Amino acid sequence: MNVLDVKNISFSYDKEKIFDDISFSVEKGDVISILGSNGTGKTTLIKCINGLHKIDSGDIFIRGQNIQSLSFREISKFIGYIPQNHDATFPFKVLDVVIMGRAPYLSVNNLPKEKDTKIALSSLKTLGIEHLKDKEYTNLSGGERQLVFLARVLTQQPDMLILDEPTSHLDFGNQVKLLEILDELAKKGLSVVMSSHFPDHTFLSSNKVAVMKEGSFIDFGKPEDVVTEENLKKLYDIDVKLIDIEDGRKMCVPLKSNLKLDYEFFSR
Amino acid sequence: MEDKEILIVPIFIILPIALFFLSFLIGRYPVSPYEVICTLLSPIFPNLAVSQTVTTIVFQIRLPRIIAALLVGACLAMAGAVFQGIFKNPLASSDLLGVSNGAGFGAALGILMSGSGFIIQLFAFIFGIISVSITYLISQAYKAGGILVSILSGVAVSAFFNALISSIKFVADPMEKLPEIIFWLMGTLANVTHDKLIMVIIPMFIGFVILFVLRWHVNLLAMGDEEAQSLGLNPSRLRLIIIVAGTLLTSAAVSITGIIGWIGLVVPHMVRMVVGPDNRILIPASLSFGASFLLLIDNISRALIAIEIPIGILTAIIGVPLFLYLLRKGYFQWA
Repeated sequence: MNVLDVKNISFSYDKEKIFDDISFSVEKGDVISILGSNGTGKTTLIKCINGLHKIDSGDIFIRGQNIQSLSFREISKFIGYIPQNHDATFPFKVLDVVIMGRAPYLSVNNLPKEKDTKIALSSLKTLGIEHLKDKEYTNLSGGERQLVFLARVLTQQPDMLILDEPTSHLDFGNQVKLLEILDELAKKGLSVVMSSHFPDHTFLSSNKVAVMKEGSFIDFGKPEDVVTEENLKKLYDIDVKLIDIEDGRKMCVPLKSNLKLDYEFFSR
Repeated sequence: MEDKEILIVPIFIILPIALFFLSFLIGRYPVSPYEVICTLLSPIFPNLAVSQTVTTIVFQIRLPRIIAALLVGACLAMAGAVFQGIFKNPLASSDLLGVSNGAGFGAALGILMSGSGFIIQLFAFIFGIISVSITYLISQAYKAGGILVSILSGVAVSAFFNALISSIKFVADPMEKLPEIIFWLMGTLANVTHDKLIMVIIPMFIGFVILFVLRWHVNLLAMGDEEAQSLGLNPSRLRLIIIVAGTLLTSAAVSITGIIGWIGLVVPHMVRMVVGPDNRILIPASLSFGASFLLLIDNISRALIAIEIPIGILTAIIGVPLFLYLLRKGYFQWA
C-alpha cells in the first residue's frame, strides 16, 4: 500500500485558486522534491497534505485512510512536518524541543516519561547532535537548528516527513549534508516529500520530482527525465544549462538573461 | 538539568511554607513563634491554646490574610506564566491582556448590583472571559502585527473596561457603594474574610489543577499553532481550555482582592531566569514564587507603616522597576 495518495486535490484561498487538480502518490522510501517558482503554491500544497489546511475538493489517503477521517493526533503519528520558518519565542533546551515529538503518543494529561526521553535522545544520536541536548535551541546556527527539528520529527516515529524548503536557511555545506541525511533516512524506509528552490538538489537526494507551475504539476517523474532545460525555462523564466558531472548527477547553471532596466524612470 | 532540578524543587516547596509561618509574627500585636505554633495546633490539641487574644489574632486576622496573599499571588503568577506561553508572548499577563480590568469591571458591576460574593465572582469571571476573547480576536485579525498588536489590543481592551469601571463609579451611591468599589479596585488584602476565601477556593483549585496537568502542552503551544497541530494537538481547543482556566484564576483573585497588577508579568520572568522556560517546571515554580512574592510584599506593607496601604499600589511600585530592570537586561527577546 502506498504511504500517501493524493487524488485530484484543489485549494482556494479567498476565492483565489492556489492549486488545482493535483494527484500523486508516495511509496515507501520515496524522496519527492517539489520544484516551483516563488508563490506557485508549494507551501500551501504541503500544508494541505499535512492536514494543516482543508482542501476544497479531491481526496488525500494516508496508508489508505482518508485524511478527513483522521484526527490531528492520528495524522501526526504518520507524518512529521517541518515548516519553512520557525518563530522562536522562548529559549527551550534542545532536548525539551526534541521530546515534543512524543506528543502524538501522550494523552493531554500526561508528561513525557523516561521512555520518551530515551527515544528523543536516540533521535539526537542518530543525527550526531547529542552534544547539543542541553543547549538553548534559539542560540544554535541555522544548520544545527534544522537538525534539531529533524530530530523532533524523527522522535514522532512517522512513516513520512514533509519538509517545506528544508535547505533554505542553510549554508552551502549544510544543504548537502541535510540532503544526504534525508537520503539515508529514506533508505531505512522513511518517505520524504519536500519543496525546494534548488533543481540541483534533486539529483542528490530525490528519486522523484514534481514540477509545479501556477498551481499545477506540469511534470512528475525521475529527476533525470523531469529536470530538463525545457522545464526549468518554463519554471523560472530564464535559460538554464544542464551539465553532466559524476555518476549521472547533473548541475543546473543559469545563463545570463541580458536583463535591461528601464532607465527612463531612473534618477539619482 | 536533572541535578539543577534536585536543588531547585525543594526551594520552591520550602519558600512559601517558611514564609507562611514567619508571616504570623508580623503585625502590630507582638506574637512569638512559640505562641504561633501552639495556637495553630490548638484546634487539634486544645490544651495548647495560649490566650483568647492570640487565638483571635492568629485565626481571625492574620490567617485569612496570609492565605489570601498566598492564593492570589499564586493565581496571578500562574495565569501570567501560562498566558505568556500560549500567546507566545513574553509580555502577556492578566493585566496586559485586559483580563484584570475586564474581571474588575465585572466585579464592580457585581458590587453595584447586589454585593453578594457569588454574583461578584460570577460577573468577574464572565467579563474576564469576554475581555480576553476580544483581545485575542483583535490580535488574530491583525496576525502580521505579532506581539506588538496583541499588546496594543490588550491595552485597548483594558482602557475600554477601565472606562466602563469609571461609569460604574459615576453611577454608584457615593456614601456606600462608591468607597467600597474604589478601595477594592486599588487591590487590597485587608478585607479578606474566611467566607470570601471559601467562595474562591474551589474555582482556584480547579484552575490550578487544569493548568498543572496541561503544563507540558503549554510548551507545544509556545512553538506556534501549526507546529502544535503537526504534533497532534488541537491548538484552538487546548488554548481555549487554558484561557478559561487562567481566567478562572484571575477572576477568582480579582473578586476577593481587587486588581493587583504586575505580579502576573514580573514573577514568571523572575522564575524563568532561575528555572528556564520549560513550563513543566516554570508553571509550578511560578505558582510557588508568586504566592511567596505577594505574601512578602504584604508583610513589608504591614511591617513598615502603621496605616494600611492597598497592596495594588505596592506591587506596582515594586513591579515597575523590576520590569524595567528585566527589560534592560535584554531579557525580553521579542523585538
